[in-house]
Amino acid sequence: MPYPTDLKYTKEHEWIKVDGSAATVGITDYAQESLGDIVFVDLPKQGAEITAGKTFGTVESVKAVSDLYAPASGTVTEVNGELATAPEKINKDANHTWMVKLTLKNPADLNSLLSAADYEKFVAEEGGH
Amino acid sequence: MPAAEATTPVIRKTALNAVHRKMGAKMVEFNGWDMPVEYPSSGGIVAEHMAVRTGVGIFDVSHMGDIRLAGPGALEAVQHISMNDAARLAVGQAQYSALLYPQGTFVDDVIVHRLGEEEYLLVINAGTREKDFNWVRDNTRQFDCAVENLSDDFTQIAIQGPKGVNLLQKLTDADLAAVKFYWVTRGTVCELKNILIARTGYTAEDGFEIYIPADEAISARVWKEVLEAGKEFGVVACGLGARNTLRLEGKLPLYGHEISDTINVWEAGLDRFIKMEKPEFLGRAALEKAKSGGLKRALVGLEMVERGIARDGYKVLDEGGKEIGYVTSGSPAPFLKKNIALAYVPPAFAEIGSKVRVEIRGQGVGAQVVPTPFYKRPKKS
Repeated sequence: MPYPTDLKYTKEHEWIKVDGSAATVGITDYAQESLGDIVFVDLPKQGAEITAGKTFGTVESVKAVSDLYAPASGTVTEVNGELATAPEKINKDANHTWMVKLTLKNPADLNSLLSAADYEKFVAEEGGH
Repeated sequence: MPAAEATTPVIRKTALNAVHRKMGAKMVEFNGWDMPVEYPSSGGIVAEHMAVRTGVGIFDVSHMGDIRLAGPGALEAVQHISMNDAARLAVGQAQYSALLYPQGTFVDDVIVHRLGEEEYLLVINAGTREKDFNWVRDNTRQFDCAVENLSDDFTQIAIQGPKGVNLLQKLTDADLAAVKFYWVTRGTVCELKNILIARTGYTAEDGFEIYIPADEAISARVWKEVLEAGKEFGVVACGLGARNTLRLEGKLPLYGHEISDTINVWEAGLDRFIKMEKPEFLGRAALEKAKSGGLKRALVGLEMVERGIARDGYKVLDEGGKEIGYVTSGSPAPFLKKNIALAYVPPAFAEIGSKVRVEIRGQGVGAQVVPTPFYKRPKKS
């Protein structure tokens, strides 16, 4: 599965798409694939502050509970409310199903994130061990 | 490092392990076994679960253990170590039962099959194989019967769901219509002679479990033929994930969760499988005493009424936020489309309709006690 090159990735399997000081965040295809059928997503409220590297929500499949880690610090400007009733959308198209939109606090946060190529290498190693 | 290797427990594999991997199953470690948790090629846990409720699904359950007791004293031995009344079994009949410690708690739950006049087969859990075998052997020495551990002899395939009978009938000469639920027969299956076929399972659905030789090539051939024969019924391979959600909807206990060496039979609500009229069996005296002393906790079914999923080990709170119990198993229920759980709570909270909270990530989320089993298979018309 190719990972879009216009996104940046975390080692905890979130992606972030940046447009100036605005960003959208979701989880990767690898993450949805390892979780299996996603049945529940718990996201912060609009206006919440999230911190790079810290948990900002939870995603649950039938079998597992997994924390969501913020790829960057910022203020939540919008939450994808659709996921409360249709979390399976993440399984269908993880790369294009966003969870939250942010105003970035410190765009330099992104420098420590992985490129698509690096992320692909990372999951190949993680999946292959 | 050699030292580390020496202490690393060996992960056991069933004879179908390579087949699961080839099918692309997601594998997990379960009680020391490398087992498929779900098959993306089947559509995952929810699809596997639904296939069993509406059609048919197959499971490799070879990690389950098997103990055979045979000889003139076999019935007496089984009676001594199990809580149900094996004297009621006709040849070819099976019953749900349990092995108990003298204090009335669980060594394990078992299915007792009466295979012959003086021959019984106990099917036991994967995680308790050695413990169970030692327990059975050590506690039946005074009886005139041989105790054999046959756990490694069989590949056990469960064919579960309303279409399971149609699927298996294509592969065997045994008349499956004549085999009632919790009865066993023998027949030729996939050209293998004298195969044990039991109408049992762990899915709260109709179905069969077949016991074939634990030979890799034979097991792989049968697995393939079962999938092939089931195509017209929409058969899928199912993993431990669906096995767990299926058994939870049916409130079938899981060792280490609803039952354990610290939980007694009354607490677990398994009263109907215990025969106190039996004059003697291990655990009986303690259970009599426990009953007269009154229950301290009871196993209840919960349904989440607020948004959230209860999981194994989560705390159960009263409406004021005080901790009153814990969740033994919790999950989304794919067929019922609700979030359900089993939990131990004080008897005062066990009444249907009681309102409680489940602590999920620090928040008390509303739930209520509901009738169980959550799911009951429809009666045949």
